[in-house]
Amino acid sequence: MSAHTDTMLYLDGVSVAFDGFKAINNLAIIVKPAEMLAIIGPNGAGKTTMMDIITGKTRPDTGQVLFDGRTDLTRLDEAAIANLGIGRKFQKPTVFESQTVWDNLEMALKKPRGIFSTLFYTASDDDVARITEILETVRLIARKDELAANLSHGQKQWLEIGMLLAQDPKLLLVDEPVAGMTDSETEETAKLLREISQTRSVVVVEHDMSFVRELGSRVVCLAEGSVLAEGSLDQVSANPVVIERYLGR
Amino acid sequence: MLTQALFRALDKKAIWVIAIFLAVAVLVPMANLLIPPGQYGHVPTYLVSLMGKYLAYAILALALDLVWGYCGILSLGHGAFFALGGYAMGMYLMRQIGSRGVYGNPVLPDFMVFLNYSELPWFWLGMDNFWFAMLMVVFVPGLLAFVFGFFAFRSRVTGVYLSIITQAMTFALLLAFFRNDMGFGGNNGLTDFKDILGVSVQAQSTRATLFAATAIALALSVLVCSMIVNSKLGKVMIAVRDAESRTRFLGYRVEYVKLFAFTVSAIMAGIAGALYVPQVGIINPSEFDPANSIEVVIWTAVGGRGTLIGPIIGAIVVNLGKSWFTTTLPELWLFALGALFVFTTLFLPKGIVGLWHQAWGRMRRKTEHAERPAPPTPAQSADIERGEDPASFGHEAQPKPAE
Ligand SMILES: Nc1ncnc2c1ncn2[C@@H]1O[C@H](COP(=O)(O)OP(=O)(O)O)[C@@H](O)[C@H]1O
Ligand SMILES: [Mg+2]
Repeated sequence: MSAHTDTMLYLDGVSVAFDGFKAINNLAIIVKPAEMLAIIGPNGAGKTTMMDIITGKTRPDTGQVLFDGRTDLTRLDEAAIANLGIGRKFQKPTVFESQTVWDNLEMALKKPRGIFSTLFYTASDDDVARITEILETVRLIARKDELAANLSHGQKQWLEIGMLLAQDPKLLLVDEPVAGMTDSETEETAKLLREISQTRSVVVVEHDMSFVRELGSRVVCLAEGSVLAEGSLDQVSANPVVIERYLGR
Repeated sequence: MLTQALFRALDKKAIWVIAIFLAVAVLVPMANLLIPPGQYGHVPTYLVSLMGKYLAYAILALALDLVWGYCGILSLGHGAFFALGGYAMGMYLMRQIGSRGVYGNPVLPDFMVFLNYSELPWFWLGMDNFWFAMLMVVFVPGLLAFVFGFFAFRSRVTGVYLSIITQAMTFALLLAFFRNDMGFGGNNGLTDFKDILGVSVQAQSTRATLFAATAIALALSVLVCSMIVNSKLGKVMIAVRDAESRTRFLGYRVEYVKLFAFTVSAIMAGIAGALYVPQVGIINPSEFDPANSIEVVIWTAVGGRGTLIGPIIGAIVVNLGKSWFTTTLPELWLFALGALFVFTTLFLPKGIVGLWHQAWGRMRRKTEHAERPAPPTPAQSADIERGEDPASFGHEAQPKPAE
């Protein structure tokens, strides 16, 4: 039929302006099911704004944003989009600081989100096992009862990734996940994201080139709100325009 | 499902608070009725009603804390829900006067005869039935909160703007209830009550019973609040308070979470108002005064918001202070109240309960240091910090195994 069947995420002709400033300009991006896409680009290129559009925080002025080839995301609000199966990790790690690591994950865990099912929720054995498993994956099992506020910056990043896993989304949007992480943590994160992308679609925004290399995925370079270059990391980083406008700076 | 939720609600601290108020519900009336006046331990009837009034205020403060302390909605209009509950009770009590009024009209209350009403306005119909009136005590504040909250939260009105429109709401009701043609007795309000459920409201035993009912209602309110704040919904409420937008991206409908808390809270406030009115003997439009709602915020802040015991302590302590001031230094009360609020905001952000937790945590740390000079392990310091954190009273940080 048309170009957007068999896509997990389909953006075409998307533009948004803030007070006349075009933060996103005729952007087109496609992510297939179980595919990882890395997005690089200078600060202010519109990477975070793109995620805001996908997750319902910002409405595009024009353009098409489709999830799973059919659902028009521009008509839905944040909660509805999250419940479709789109999870997001924010650039600035945002966890619920006054609550424990465990409670952060329990709230994120994929469960009915209605008022009364939340009020009467009791963790089943499966839920406890699942949260424990995630805690092990993100290496926070020893700190599960601590307040999230007491975690280091890197650990908060991990907790937020854990919350993403708990949500069990079909599409993950991960904004600068390795900021504030040590080299070994960065490596672990790349490994984890690669593993996740075996079964789900993942969009990663990152500046750290060695990290992007480890992801080994298709790369899109964004600048001034539209796609500058696309391909493997080597292709993109060899592109003279990319060198001039991003890497060369 | 429900039993598990109840079980969760009855954590160590909540069970104590509930037990204390249930004991108070029995002991104070006993001390009033069984110990003869003049003998040691007798509680005079006026004091029983005064304490009943404080406990009604405590329910109101607890209701406010559910939305403010736990969900981050600073309502400056909770006095309106309290007053509406009070008016519903007042209407019932007016209809019990019957032909004993000054004008002796068997159906119309005195003020209606005076204003030349020929028949009861429709909204007074059925209010002579106790259970119908009690239904209205719950229904009217609940419905107002639901409708108001539905529009406000759906339009994402938050912070200062929300506080301002709640003030506007109570102010609008104040003006409306002042009008004689509203059919609620104008600025005189409803008073000169005679009977409640067939017995005199003035009787000593009735006053003792009303006190007991208020103490029991407070215990039940603590139970309900504890059930809510200890559930996953309670955690989501705190999440909404701390990071509203983030909660949306997890898929929770923040507007419904707030609407639930706001409606439950308004119902509690309405019940508090209904218990208050027969004990003070009057309800008039001044209960809608925006300043009243602000006072409730002060009680809650002084006691410690985001805890269940804090607002109860705050309501009782501040009103004890108010009673003392208004008899000895009446002109200074508002200054004292303002100073108290400024002092609390600056020096006791977590109120009296926060101070208590701090002192207790320090003491515990000292004894621990004395016993064991080694620095506390991370797990222990986490424990101490948890002990200090009053963010949610009875908050259980341990993961809950399937119960
Ligand atoms: N809500 C907003 N209002 C006004 N300007 C915005 C808003 N959001 C983003 N911008 C602007 O859009 C541009 C793109 O920002 P952003 O998407 O955060 O870039 P990146 O994440 O690629 O660094 C920036 O110039 C930023 O100032
Ligand atoms: Mg960004």
